This record gives sequence, structure tokens and C-alpha cells, in this order.
Amino acid sequence: MAELFTLPVLVGILYSGIRLATPYLFAAIGETFAQRSGVLNLGVEGIMLMGAFSGFYVGMKTGSPWLGLLAAAVVGILMGLLMSFISITMQAEQGISGIGLHLFGLGLSSLLFKTTMGGVESIEGFKAVRIPLLADIPYVGESLFNHNLLVYAAFLLVPLSTWVLNKTTLGLKIRAVGQNPQAADTLGVNVTRVRYFCVCLGGMLAGIAGASLSIALINLFQENMTNGMGFIAVALVYFGGWRPLGVMGGALLFSFVNAFQLWIQVKGINIPSDFAIMMPYVLTILALAFATKRAQGPAALSKPYERGEN
Amino acid sequence: MTRYLSSGRPILEEMRMQGIVKRFPGVLANDHVDFDVRTGEVHALLGENGAGKSTLMRQLYGMYKPDEGKILIDGKEMHFNSPQDAINAGIGMIHQHFMLVPGLTVVENIALGLKSSRGPVLDLDRVEKRVLELGEQYGLKVDPRAYVWQLAVGEQQRIEIIKALYRGASLLVLDEPTAVLTPQEVDDLFVTFKRMASEGHALIFISHKLNEVLAISNRITVLRDGKNAGTRPNENVTRVELAQMMVGRPVILQYNRPPVEAGPVRLRIQDLHVRGDRGKDAVDGVSLEICGGEILGLAGVSGNGQRELAEALAGMRPVRQGRIILNDKEVTNGSPLQHINVGQSYIPEERMKEGAIREFSVADNMILADHGKKPYSRHTFLDFKAIREQVGKIVSDFNVKTPSLDTPVKNLSGGNIQKLILGRELSRCPSVLIASQPTRGVDIGASEYIHQRLLEQRLCGTATLLISEDLDEIRALSDRIAVMYEGRIIGIVDSKDATPDRLGLMMAGVETA
Repeated sequence: MAELFTLPVLVGILYSGIRLATPYLFAAIGETFAQRSGVLNLGVEGIMLMGAFSGFYVGMKTGSPWLGLLAAAVVGILMGLLMSFISITMQAEQGISGIGLHLFGLGLSSLLFKTTMGGVESIEGFKAVRIPLLADIPYVGESLFNHNLLVYAAFLLVPLSTWVLNKTTLGLKIRAVGQNPQAADTLGVNVTRVRYFCVCLGGMLAGIAGASLSIALINLFQENMTNGMGFIAVALVYFGGWRPLGVMGGALLFSFVNAFQLWIQVKGINIPSDFAIMMPYVLTILALAFATKRAQGPAALSKPYERGEN
Repeated sequence: MTRYLSSGRPILEEMRMQGIVKRFPGVLANDHVDFDVRTGEVHALLGENGAGKSTLMRQLYGMYKPDEGKILIDGKEMHFNSPQDAINAGIGMIHQHFMLVPGLTVVENIALGLKSSRGPVLDLDRVEKRVLELGEQYGLKVDPRAYVWQLAVGEQQRIEIIKALYRGASLLVLDEPTAVLTPQEVDDLFVTFKRMASEGHALIFISHKLNEVLAISNRITVLRDGKNAGTRPNENVTRVELAQMMVGRPVILQYNRPPVEAGPVRLRIQDLHVRGDRGKDAVDGVSLEICGGEILGLAGVSGNGQRELAEALAGMRPVRQGRIILNDKEVTNGSPLQHINVGQSYIPEERMKEGAIREFSVADNMILADHGKKPYSRHTFLDFKAIREQVGKIVSDFNVKTPSLDTPVKNLSGGNIQKLILGRELSRCPSVLIASQPTRGVDIGASEYIHQRLLEQRLCGTATLLISEDLDEIRALSDRIAVMYEGRIIGIVDSKDATPDRLGLMMAGVETA
């Protein structure tokens, strides 16, 4: 066990913990917006898979990870539009339509993968950008400031989304619509439009989350490669109490435990690997069980809004 | 020539609704209604629940579109497609259920949906300044940075009014604004209304409380069954006339309460302590005794522990200290079923949350408590024939108006749901009855009926604890009146000595020996 607590290993855990947090941050902050506006989108996982595939495919064909990223964002918005139409316009049960969206994304991304590529290939993807000076800080510099652009972007999203939610008129509308859509409606706020916007924004970020795996972190695509990350992201929103900063805390906790268990396996420490792999998930369940009680969620979460109903 | 309010908005000289018809599936909610209001006046819109008052006003506020008829403002026909159109035309509405977002601060609630002077970024400091100005001008004291969930209902009401004024409303629609206020708060509110009217605002005051309507309005229009049953100037109309216009038949506003010989003590509460939702003792050492054949009225401003006391007595909230003895059996911290089994019935304050299940049918709601007993079930199987027979009898005995026994309760009016609950609870022939706000939000006709049944129950020897914020109700029905203040009983007076002034003082925490 002691060999885990050597300096190189700790630096390694820090490095991969930061890296691994990236897809969770994109997806969970996107989902935070959707839920703050009152829509529970359980289809994040499906959108991530579609984003991962389209990002990879376009990146591979054009040779440009930027175009891949754009494709993933557009596909994410389209998936968000689909979810919005079903759950906001048609007022379908949100939990169920989210599961449907997940299965749709899972199936379609696998189908497209088989018909267009057939086998696993890898691409170059986004390269690490070393930030001068900061990356020279002893011990932690390399771990924190030698990542690809999407990693930085994911962390910048945290203060940005906090600011949007708390300091802008748009953020005020989003919070109001998620808590009491009827009150917002009587003040002339277009509830439907705000919710469409948030779900599509969430879809876009989920698409980018998927692409962050396929064109920035792992640089390949395979079927069901997200492997439950989208659902963890939904759980992180609850864990973080619907606040971007809290969501980041949850994402980091989860990714660090994950990084830790990876190193346990790398170092060949005598714990059955199944237990190691289980650690982050067990931790999530425990954390959720204790964390959600204190936070107050959007009161209108998962309730469709219809004018004139009390 | 256009005249202006002090806010700089033009005065709205006259709003006129002509021949308004609004249909909902199966209901004619407004049937050729004419209604108008002028600057400087308070025009009351009076009617039972379901008479079509709110529907009429929601059309004025752009939430529904009229099927027929016109809305004219200063002689010009208006077509409102959304509340925003109505707001732009100078109309503000204070809804019966407050349209506030609890998780936002006061200023955030007021700024919601408005353009900011700083573009996409909020300018809450500016909003705060204006809110304080308006509060000063109209006597509406608020704390702009508090969260709405922290505020008492009276303060939430003031925020609603400021919200409308902030948006430059010159015509204000007030939908049952006094429903949740204490008598003192109502007085303050009326001062504000008068100030607004004298400034040139036009006010529409929706209510079903006769006294309040007579106290504040210049003209009174009564709606009954969706039709205009008449418009009268305040000066030449009486309470009795108005009540009759509302209900369509003569109404009794004064009850007969013949003396009853007090029976044995049925409900004994000893030094009861019960925690509230915030963890402090909401009931802080209450002792009461109620005899058979007696109605004990429990008055008090809402939030002084009445709800917690009622819940504890129903077995739905843990008792921290003290004892509850029902018919000489101790039931402290017993389950609701144990309370029922020793002969207690409970009419909860929130009829839709605790009293009934919205989606369940009338019949299913009626057997909620007793479904496991005869005649409703035999050998664990429900006996539908017996259920329909028995439930049908209660429904007709208690005058519940419902299309059928299979109608979901959510489709009934508040008064009928309350009669259903009353029927369910009284048909059990309870020896102790806890009735919490039994007529809140219930129309006069149904209230009258419920009051009569409670008085009948008294003659049968039931011990009744009547918890109510309606002083008229308490005084009309009770033999003795206890006043609750900050979790304690501040005093108990005989009903004949209980003047409104004395009760008002006690409700404010002043002990009057």
C-alpha cells in the first residue's frame, strides 16, 4: 500500500484525476442547466455517445479535431431538441423519455459505427497545451497545466455557468422557470422557450462531453464507450446541489477515486481488481445518500408546464 | 387629455368587459358577463367559488382568451394573447395563490422577466432602490434581499403588490388577497388599497367575504354560476342581500346554538410539546380539556402552532413531551389508525394534500380510512356493491355534488370536496372531532352546511376542537374559545364574553384576564 503514496504516483493521480473529470464536468454542468429549468434529462448518456461518435468520425474524415468538436456540439443540440420536443412540447414523462433518448443514442451510435467504420481506429485528437510558467510550478504544475484545451474549457465552464445562473437575466429566468413556472409565466417569461434553450444547451455540452473522450482523452471510438458516465453525470447534479461548484466537487471526488483505483491496478496492489473498479461507484452511492437531503432542488423538476392548471 | 399616476404611467380611465363568454369542456364558466371599472374606484367582484370570478379576470390578464365578447380599455378594443400584453396595457394581477418563486430573493422575484439596464446582466441594486421607494410611497414594508421562502404570507402579499406597481400597473386585479391574512394585516392592506385608489389606480377586488367587500369597495358586482347577478353601489346594499345574490336563495348568517349538557371529558391534552418543521417547539406546553357536546374554538394568527397541534392530535406528528388522552385511553404518539379506533375523526387543514387523494374517485376517497372494515370489505376483498351503497348514501346525506361516484375528486369544487371529507369523518360517528380550518376556501353555501353539521354533531355529544383563523366562524360555533399564541394557550374565554376586540388582543399576545 505504501508504494501508492510516493511522489510520482501522487502526481500521476492528480494528473489523471483532472483529466478524467472533464467529460463529467461538461455533461453534468449541461444537465445542471436542464434541471434548473425544470427538465430532468436522463438521456445524457445517449447524447454523449452520439457526440463521441460524430466528433470522432468527423475528426477522422477531415483530420481536424475542431470540426469534430463542432459536429459533436451540433449533434448534441439536435438530440437536445428531440428531448425538448418530447418532454416540453408533447409533455411526455421525462424520466421515461430520457431513458428512450439514451437507448436511441446507444443504438444509433453503435449502428453508425458498424456501418461506417467497422473496427476500432484511433486518431490524433486535441494535443496537450502546456501553459508556460504555471506548468513550471514544482510537483503540481505538470499535473494541472499540461492538458488539452477541452480539459481547461471544462473547468472554465464552472465559474462561467455560475455567473450566468446567478448574475444574468437569463439565469434568473432559468431559476424561476424551474421553481415556479406559473409565476414566471404571469410575468411574461416564455417558459417553453427557456426550457428548450436549457435542454439544448445541456445537449450541446453532453455532445462535447462525449467528444472529449473520443477526440481529446482516449482518441478512439468504440461501442458504448461512455459506459455509464452520462448517468453518473446526472447523479453529480444532485450531488452538487444543482450548483456548478458543487457539481465540480462531485466530479473531482469521483474522478480522483477513479484515478486512485487505476493506480492500484497499475501498481499491482493485492486488492481484487473488481473491488478497485467498484470503488468510485460505491462512493457515489454513499455520497448521494448523504448529500441530497440538504440541497433543495428545483421545485418544478420533471413536471411539464401547462398554462391554466393549478 | 391623458392624466398620469405618480409613477409616470398614464391613468387608465375605464376598463370595460362586454358580453364575455368562456367555455371549458363541460362547463360554461362565464355566460355573457358585463363588468367595468373606473379610475379611483375599488370595484368588488363577489361570488362563490366556481362562480367564474377568477376565469373572468384571467381573461382580462391574457391568460385565457374569451370565446365571445370584448375587452375595452379607454374605449379601445384590446386583444390580449399573453400576460405580457396585459402588463403592457397597464394591468397588474395579484393571484390568489401567490406567483412568487420561493428560492429567489424579493428583488429577484420583482426583476424577473424585466429588461435590465445593464443588458444581459442583472441590475438588482437599481431594482432594490425602486422597491424601497414604492414601499415607502404605498406603505408596503418589505426586505428586498430576503428570500421569499423566509417570509410570512402577509409580506409575500406586499411583494406581489409591489411587483405589479413596479411594472407600472394602473389597473390592479386582486384575487382574494385577504384569504391568508390576519385581521390586522387586512386593515393595513385596505389602507394601501385606498391610497392607491385615491392616487388614480383602478382596483378590482375579488372576494367571497361579505364584510371585506362592504368595507373597501365603491361598487359591488356579484357573479353566480358564471352570470352577472347584479352590480350595486356599496351604499344601498346589505350583507344579507349580497349573500342572497351570491347563493341564489336566502342564507342563514346567524346560527342557533341551543344549550347542551356537557358530557364527560372526551379529549384531554396535558402539557403537550411538539416540534415544528424548523426543529423548535411549535407547540410549547398546551393543556386543554374538551367535554362531550362541546365545541372548543381555537383561534390564533396562523403559524402559532395550530397546525402542529392538529397534526399531533391526529397522530401525524411526534409528541416530544406531554400526553394525549382520548376517551380515557392514552394515545400519545399512537398511529393515526389508533386515534381513529378510539373514536376520533380528523378534518385536516389541507384538504387536497392530507384530506383526499386528487386522482382517486369519490368512492375511493370515501373508504380511505375504513376500507379494511365492514361493510367495505369482507375477508380482505373489497365489497364493491356495499361500498357503492354506503358511499352513495353518505354522498346524498352530505349533499356532495358530484357527477358520479367514480369522478376523480380533483374535478369537484373545494366546497364539495370538503363536504365529502366531512361526510367520511362524521359518518364514523366520532366521539372526538378535530376540525382544522373546515371552511377555508369554501363557498358560503357549503360553509353554512358544514357549520350546521358541526352543530348537529355537538348535539349528539361529540367533543369538537375547531381550529380556525376565521373569527366569525369561531364565535358563531364555539362554546369556549381558546387563543393560541407562540405555541401556548394564552387564554380561554367563554364564547359570550369573547368580543372581536378581546380576541384580537389575545391573538396579538396580550393576556386579558
